[in-house]
Amino acid sequence: MASTPPAVPTAGHGYALSPVGEQIMALGERLLGEDLRGRLARISFHGNEFGVDRFGFDPNVARYALLFATFLHRMYFRTEVHDIHRVPQGRVMLIANHSGQLPFDGFAIGASMVLDAEPPRMVRSMVERWVQTLPFFSQLFQRCGQIVGVPENCERLLEMEEAILVFPEGTRGISKTFDQRYQLADFGLGFMRLALATHCPIVPVALVGAEEQYINLHDAKTVAKVIGAPTAPVIPQWFIPGLQLPLPVRYRLYFGEPMTFSGDPDDDDAVIEEKVWVVKATIQSMLNRGLKERKGLFW
Amino acid sequence: MSVASERPKRPGARFRVPSPLPELADLTAPEVLSPDPLPSISSVVDDAGQRARAVATTEPTAEPAVLITGICGRLGRLLARRLHREGPVVGIDRRPFPGRPKDIVHHQFDVRRKKTRDVFRASNVAAVVHLGVMHDPRASEREHHTWNVIGFQKLLEYMTQYSVPKLVVLSSANVYGPQPENAQFLTEEAPLSGAQDFSGIRDLVSLDQLAQSFFWRHPETETVILRPVHILGGVHNAPSNYLRLPRPWTLLGFDPMVQVIHESDVVEAVRAALRPGVRGIFNLAGPGEVPLSRLLAMLGRKPLRVPHPIAGSVLGRLFRWRLTSFPAPELDHVKYVCMVDDSRARQVLGWEPRKSLRDTILAVEHEA
Repeated sequence: MASTPPAVPTAGHGYALSPVGEQIMALGERLLGEDLRGRLARISFHGNEFGVDRFGFDPNVARYALLFATFLHRMYFRTEVHDIHRVPQGRVMLIANHSGQLPFDGFAIGASMVLDAEPPRMVRSMVERWVQTLPFFSQLFQRCGQIVGVPENCERLLEMEEAILVFPEGTRGISKTFDQRYQLADFGLGFMRLALATHCPIVPVALVGAEEQYINLHDAKTVAKVIGAPTAPVIPQWFIPGLQLPLPVRYRLYFGEPMTFSGDPDDDDAVIEEKVWVVKATIQSMLNRGLKERKGLFW
Repeated sequence: MSVASERPKRPGARFRVPSPLPELADLTAPEVLSPDPLPSISSVVDDAGQRARAVATTEPTAEPAVLITGICGRLGRLLARRLHREGPVVGIDRRPFPGRPKDIVHHQFDVRRKKTRDVFRASNVAAVVHLGVMHDPRASEREHHTWNVIGFQKLLEYMTQYSVPKLVVLSSANVYGPQPENAQFLTEEAPLSGAQDFSGIRDLVSLDQLAQSFFWRHPETETVILRPVHILGGVHNAPSNYLRLPRPWTLLGFDPMVQVIHESDVVEAVRAALRPGVRGIFNLAGPGEVPLSRLLAMLGRKPLRVPHPIAGSVLGRLFRWRLTSFPAPELDHVKYVCMVDDSRARQVLGWEPRKSLRDTILAVEHEA
């Protein structure tokens, strides 16, 4: 791996920062009151002469996504962040509940790791493989440092001491119907095997608020199968003009104490399941506590 | 492999060979200069003067030689020029070898022919470097199969018969195939799913697998399988040709990371693989990773961004009308990632690319 010094947004090789892009960023920073470029410059980045790292992450593209994420995080969802200092340095796996039909929860966690964590860190999330077949999204996710959700990628990034965001519920979690809100769906076991194999600490993360941003009445599985998408939620508000946007609920983000597990990564499913269950129970209790503390949906 | 493949040998010779070589009656053919029944002279050399020298160097007692199939390709010529300073080099290729150094023995015939055996009998072959892999999207499947699979099987058979201690096969990272679910860096253990969406390279996957089974069945031969990523340079392969297009197609909204490797780095890897004691499968990844769009920008290309729902059918039609030489399934290479992890090659072969990423990319321009 080419390990150039971590001075970031100097894109070499003719990929000079566009003046328009700089202006957009400056304007965004003034409106949001955040030093986005300064914080991005501090994240660890091993780029090559083309301004990308081995996974295609380009901070000069990711900054626009960060701008959008910051807007969501600070202004739209006004996320309350609790105990982010608990995230350790070095390799770490953030295990979070997945909710909200569209992955704004990933944006919120990613933004808070860049804006609220010290030092700022870029979270690599494991993206559904299906996204790779979508034009523009596949490209955008890759440039923003998000990676195809296969174990090999995760293991490699953990060995590079990166922070990985995993939603072990996967699409089962994000497309929960309204009556199942805040009830964790089944967790996959893969993340635990990887954590055991790489001796990686797990930080449980609970996000309260996102379940109410879109009210999903039904998961139309047949339709999903026909269009080849993982889920097809039925969301009545999407038919009301202006309500395609998520409701401006308030997010509450809780980071738990890091957990370390030991054991054989190739153990029986039953053995791994017990460990996963510990993580799941922790997140569920964090969710329950968050819901109890919550006074209102929108403030 | 040995007995079963005895059958297709004869039919194999009947397949239409594009070269003007006659099919069965070799002795009457004008290209065959030697009616001499001696096995060592049955090799076909460009002219009579050189033939004498060739005979001298291919005596069984001669110094151990490296046999290169497909020696007349750009990569084969580079390798031959690199190796002939270190020891005798024998080549088999149905194409001519212009500007051949005098001490390289070139047998100009089709590797599928029985004469290949005579080369083994006549020369003291110490190693076989198999570069003679055909990938011509216009050639028939039958031609592909007899060339890449049957021809290679025969070659392996001769190798066991004449107990050749080393085999180096140039496969390709394309055997893994570009897929949406690919890991960013595929290791040598990744499944070879290259042919699942592109039947045109099925025989390349079979060739790789044949070499793998040979590896296990004949431990006395050190088998090395090299799987380089897109080879760039003066070579006339699909990736280099693609990058030489003034307006290469890309797919709107897709910009995968790609790995490229310079032809001279592949030659060095083959040399490293020829060292005694080296065996196994090695990915060769080249100097780094680059988004396709930035690679094209560096070459000053203006890509034509085609929406992917129509690209496949349009390109398929253009291919059928012979307006392009790129078959539609190759679009997956500009859509999904197919990159490899070459840490094993770096550790075991002790090889690493010398050309920088920039030089590797620009090589398609300089040497075209």
